[in-house]
Amino acid sequence: MLTGCCISTRANWARSRGEFIRRGLVMNRFTLIWRNMWRKPVRTIFTMLAVLVVFFLFTLLEGLRLAFSLSDIGAESQERLITSHKVSLIMMLPEAYQSRIARLPGVGAVSHATWFGARYQDHPEFAQYPVAAEEYLALNPEIDLSEERRQAWLANRGGAIVGRPVASQYGWEVGDRVPLKSSIWTRANGSDVWEFDIEGIFDDTAAGVNSGVLLFHYDYFEEARAWGKGTVGWYVTRGDGSVPLEGLIASIDAEFANSPAETKTNTEAAFAQEYARQFGNIGLIVTLILAAVVFMILLVTGHTMAQSVRERIHEMGVLKTLGFTSASIFHLTVLEGLLLVLPAGLLAMFLGWGALNVLTERMGAMFPGGLQIGAYSLALGLSLMLAISLGSVFPPVIRALRLDIAALLRSS
Amino acid sequence: MARELIRLAEVSKNYRKGRELVRVLEGISLAIEEGDFVGLMGPSGSGKTTLLNLLGGLDKPSEGVIEVDGKVISALSQGALAKWRSGNIGFVFQFYNLLPVLSAARNVALPLLLTPLPASRRKQHVNTALRLVGLAERASHYPRELSGGQEQRVAIARAIVSDPPILLCDEPTGDLDRSTADEIMTLLQQLNRDYGKTIVMVTHDPRAASYAHRVLHLDKGELGAEPR
Repeated sequence: MLTGCCISTRANWARSRGEFIRRGLVMNRFTLIWRNMWRKPVRTIFTMLAVLVVFFLFTLLEGLRLAFSLSDIGAESQERLITSHKVSLIMMLPEAYQSRIARLPGVGAVSHATWFGARYQDHPEFAQYPVAAEEYLALNPEIDLSEERRQAWLANRGGAIVGRPVASQYGWEVGDRVPLKSSIWTRANGSDVWEFDIEGIFDDTAAGVNSGVLLFHYDYFEEARAWGKGTVGWYVTRGDGSVPLEGLIASIDAEFANSPAETKTNTEAAFAQEYARQFGNIGLIVTLILAAVVFMILLVTGHTMAQSVRERIHEMGVLKTLGFTSASIFHLTVLEGLLLVLPAGLLAMFLGWGALNVLTERMGAMFPGGLQIGAYSLALGLSLMLAISLGSVFPPVIRALRLDIAALLRSS
Repeated sequence: MARELIRLAEVSKNYRKGRELVRVLEGISLAIEEGDFVGLMGPSGSGKTTLLNLLGGLDKPSEGVIEVDGKVISALSQGALAKWRSGNIGFVFQFYNLLPVLSAARNVALPLLLTPLPASRRKQHVNTALRLVGLAERASHYPRELSGGQEQRVAIARAIVSDPPILLCDEPTGDLDRSTADEIMTLLQQLNRDYGKTIVMVTHDPRAASYAHRVLHLDKGELGAEPR
């Protein structure tokens, strides 16, 4: 009976409170902020939409920037050396160089790879390398492939293994036979279409240098290609620790100095950065254009918010007359600015993060490391949100609060 | 005999306009007792509103002392003055100065946000103030939905909601027609007579001034008393 009575009382209280809110009678500081924010609903909605667009674009931009920067290359890449033709990566090196590099003091292991330059159906080109399978896997321990799939690949000359982002994008599964059309290499029979059996899908435990790659057997490639036999694209070397990397780099390049195919050796990390810089320029252009768009929208948003504060200078005088201090009016206005920007900005970053995940799923071969944002991007986004809300509110509110109350009340 | 609530001693107010020093008030000395209803009249530019602002702690005198209920407010900092205003002064303006985004009840509740009262008590105070001015049924209406007289009643409810001892009114009937002005003046008279509010009212309207116990005349910043 008592419980029923209390429930009934609580229900009545809730009804009465709901009625009170509905009739616009509940009043606290948040109500004041909220009502001020919705003073001009259309303007508020458009400002929020602008913030939403800005931070959605910002998140995509950050994802692109990070994808192009390759800043996260793993430690293994710092230890491996890449030796390519001194003139250009597209020029080939003799296969015989492998044994000469292997004989140099300080070399632990050496293998090679070649740029295959093929595309699947109408999709953009992605990376495929013909490699000496066992040597290459030994040199790249970050390629995470089960022993069963490894053995299956080694046993199948026409087999290939592929990074998970590529497999996800094209919907490939183990057992599929996939045709790739190379823009460089034709087969001895005149065809430029090469077929591979997918024998394994691997993950990359490092930072994605290898995860967007398809690897297949060099023997199969060597036997089938129409030209360039006995040559490879570049060599991958790992030291045995007895000679410093700088010394090893110098001795490899010295070995082939004054030969018809001189070499240029660098760490794999530096090589990857140099390679990424080709795209980096595109990334930079995209970044600059989007940054300009973001900046313009920021200016418009900031101006709108500042205008909304300026319209209320008279009311600030009324509040001060009633006993509100400059500090409390300042807090109310700043909180309103934050309320206008933060929820929309955070929602936009969440939506942007979702969009990056979808893009990664659909374009994994183009961005093998994935399109992702990290804690740094989130912190940068939050800082920008604070900068917009505070930067647009501070100047007019500080100017207003410096005026005496009579001047505030006189302003219309 | 009523006790002295407000005391001004040799109060002057100057403004600097470029290089020129403009003297708005000149050596004003004045005493207002608790429960008094004082009208302030004078031509435009005579310093009436400036004097009202000084009494309400919205501005500080250039010279002289202002004492309210034994406290020298002319020596208080801006922050301390704001706090003092919230507890001691209710303002009524000519153009009501209600916040258009808030309902009548929320406008009335504004000064209570500066008090430690819980929400339930604030609600009680707002209801009481609105009932007192005869607008309880208009609590949820916005200023744009009210007539001028009703807006001024809401403004008066806001001025009295925290129960300050002093009401300062700057031309409270200046924007109203004759009959509405009489209603507002009757309300102010009731607040003075029945609730003991001390009222200082600036007005140009002799009919409004007739509701005051006494009328002071300001001319060129100097005061001349007219006992009634």
